[in-house]
Amino acid sequence: MAAVTLKRVKKNYGTTTVVHGVDLEIKAGEFVVILGPSGCGKSTLLRMIAGLEAITEGEISIGSKIVNTLEPRERGCAMVFQNYALYPHMTVAENIGYALKVAGLGKAERMARINAVAEILGLEEFLDRKPIQLSGGQRQRVAMGRAMIREPDVFLYDEPLSNLDARLRVAMRAEIRKLHQRLGTTSLFVTHDQIEAMTLADRIVVMNKGVIEQVGTPDEVYHRPASTYVASFVGSPGLNLLHVMVDRSASCIRFKDGQTLPFEHGQAVLVPDGPAIFGFRAEQAQLSEQIGLTLTPGFQEALGSTRLLHGTVANEEAVIAIPGNGPLDATTSMSVTIPASAMHFFDSTTGRRLG
Amino acid sequence: MIERTPLLNLATYTVMVLGALMVFVPLWLVYVGATLTVREINTPELHFLTGSHLIENLQAAWARGHLGGRLFNSLIMSLGVAFGKVAMSAITAFGLVYFRFPGRTLAFWLIFITLMLPLEVRIVPTYAVAANALWPFQSILDATGLSDLIKAASGLQIALEWNLLNSYTGLILPLIATATGTFLYRQFFLTVPDELLEAARMDGAGPFRFLVEFLMPLSRANMAALFTIMFLYAWNQYLWPLLATPDRAGFGTTAVVELKLLAPTVSTNGGGTPDWNVAMAGCLIVMLPPLLLVAFMQRYFVRGLIATEK
Repeated sequence: MAAVTLKRVKKNYGTTTVVHGVDLEIKAGEFVVILGPSGCGKSTLLRMIAGLEAITEGEISIGSKIVNTLEPRERGCAMVFQNYALYPHMTVAENIGYALKVAGLGKAERMARINAVAEILGLEEFLDRKPIQLSGGQRQRVAMGRAMIREPDVFLYDEPLSNLDARLRVAMRAEIRKLHQRLGTTSLFVTHDQIEAMTLADRIVVMNKGVIEQVGTPDEVYHRPASTYVASFVGSPGLNLLHVMVDRSASCIRFKDGQTLPFEHGQAVLVPDGPAIFGFRAEQAQLSEQIGLTLTPGFQEALGSTRLLHGTVANEEAVIAIPGNGPLDATTSMSVTIPASAMHFFDSTTGRRLG
Repeated sequence: MIERTPLLNLATYTVMVLGALMVFVPLWLVYVGATLTVREINTPELHFLTGSHLIENLQAAWARGHLGGRLFNSLIMSLGVAFGKVAMSAITAFGLVYFRFPGRTLAFWLIFITLMLPLEVRIVPTYAVAANALWPFQSILDATGLSDLIKAASGLQIALEWNLLNSYTGLILPLIATATGTFLYRQFFLTVPDELLEAARMDGAGPFRFLVEFLMPLSRANMAALFTIMFLYAWNQYLWPLLATPDRAGFGTTAVVELKLLAPTVSTNGGGTPDWNVAMAGCLIVMLPPLLLVAFMQRYFVRGLIATEK
């Protein structure tokens, strides 16, 4: 177990900068998920920590030592790759035990440790097989075993679940979480899947275009998104975002089409007058008899336990989630109320959270 | 797309049978020739049926052509070329694909150029170098005036000499220095996914370990194919061994060159009846080792050519 610290870490490829000065502290034993769309620099960041990519600027330390110039094997990291990168010419046992072989351990000790790891991962009966004879889930497990056997200070996962089918992904997600509880190793997990991030992470790091947008627990990221980017990326569906004018003297926000929504408390009292972006979660809005926002309904998506009603508010797209599965007659305009505590406001130019 | 109609089948089989005949009939004639007596083989008609003197002819060819020693020479040369080629190709391609060093592109193109300079094209300079491997250095010294300088200063005339003629080194080295194998390996190395290297690095494997424990086992099929091709290439060499082994009485030469001397001419059999039967028997003997090698290796390299290991 070791803490990982990144100080103003930058990465350039030629003249293009893919990681713009990232500062991040990961506590020993923490499970941190780096979440972001493809091309946001999250994998590059992970590979810089692993030592597979050179660091252009800044400093990375693992435990107490700066690892900038160390070879991958000297950093005490183990990595699970997206396509597993199993050694095709070796058996499962040889794959898992290869790091120990390189380290010069004797055969007997190697086998003992391979067997121990295989038992944890349920791979005992496959030890003599070649990777090509295994299913996707089994290969994934072998990749995990290969990382585990070295008892590394830090686990690095580079989108390890994205090649699995949906059901297996959920199962492996749970196994990774259990494994972390059992071993307590500091873990960094890169993904573009916000559900993986929410379920696995102690803390989520949301990245966009080589910059960290927000670092926080899953709850913080979900309930107090730091920017419109985080708000729209996290959650399914993402936060509804509408352009409004805040009018503090009238205690209301004014939408583009002239309708107003009064506020009394909550975040809005801290927001300055003028243009802003107003956000709310689909599931926190309610259909109501009272006067609220007017939603012009469009189409519906039935998800089983809830249904999503897509429509427009003040000519901007919005989604609300309605519990239950009964058919909903949604042809005319409806009134939607939003509790004051569920209102989010963002700066209309920078997209950062207000208040 | 596979089509099966009687007409197409007939056409396919016709082409196949004709092809097989074209390859097989000359071989059969060689075999038949090797079983006849001198008298039989010198009759005007073509013989298609075997005679009964195979063993005698083989013995005659073996003794007259010194085939024991010649086959040994051929074997050493072919094995040397095949092993040397495989080893050098793997290492050069490894360097080209996995390392970034100054002059990498230049090295690549220099190797590439050798494709356009087969042995036959550079035979004269190659012979000059084989006759004295230090000759290029000597000419540099002479051209720059350094040897004159040294002679004036110390009174010693510099004469570098290292003769490679009539040696296995001389037979083998010029045939190893070609780019084909390097490119075969380079293409293979480029198909190895980067993650494999990265995973190996994470596991602590250095470059040498990666070459020996990953690339070598993964390229087994390529290796078998290259080995076989280079063995055949070296075994069938005629021009180079002919030039590089002038000392026929001492070092001897290779079996394929010796075969030429078995062929009856005025100089080899003094104008007597041409004994083509013995020459044919010699052919049979010289053909055998590469045939055995192909038979033994083919299952490895056919697998390498058709199956892509995932």
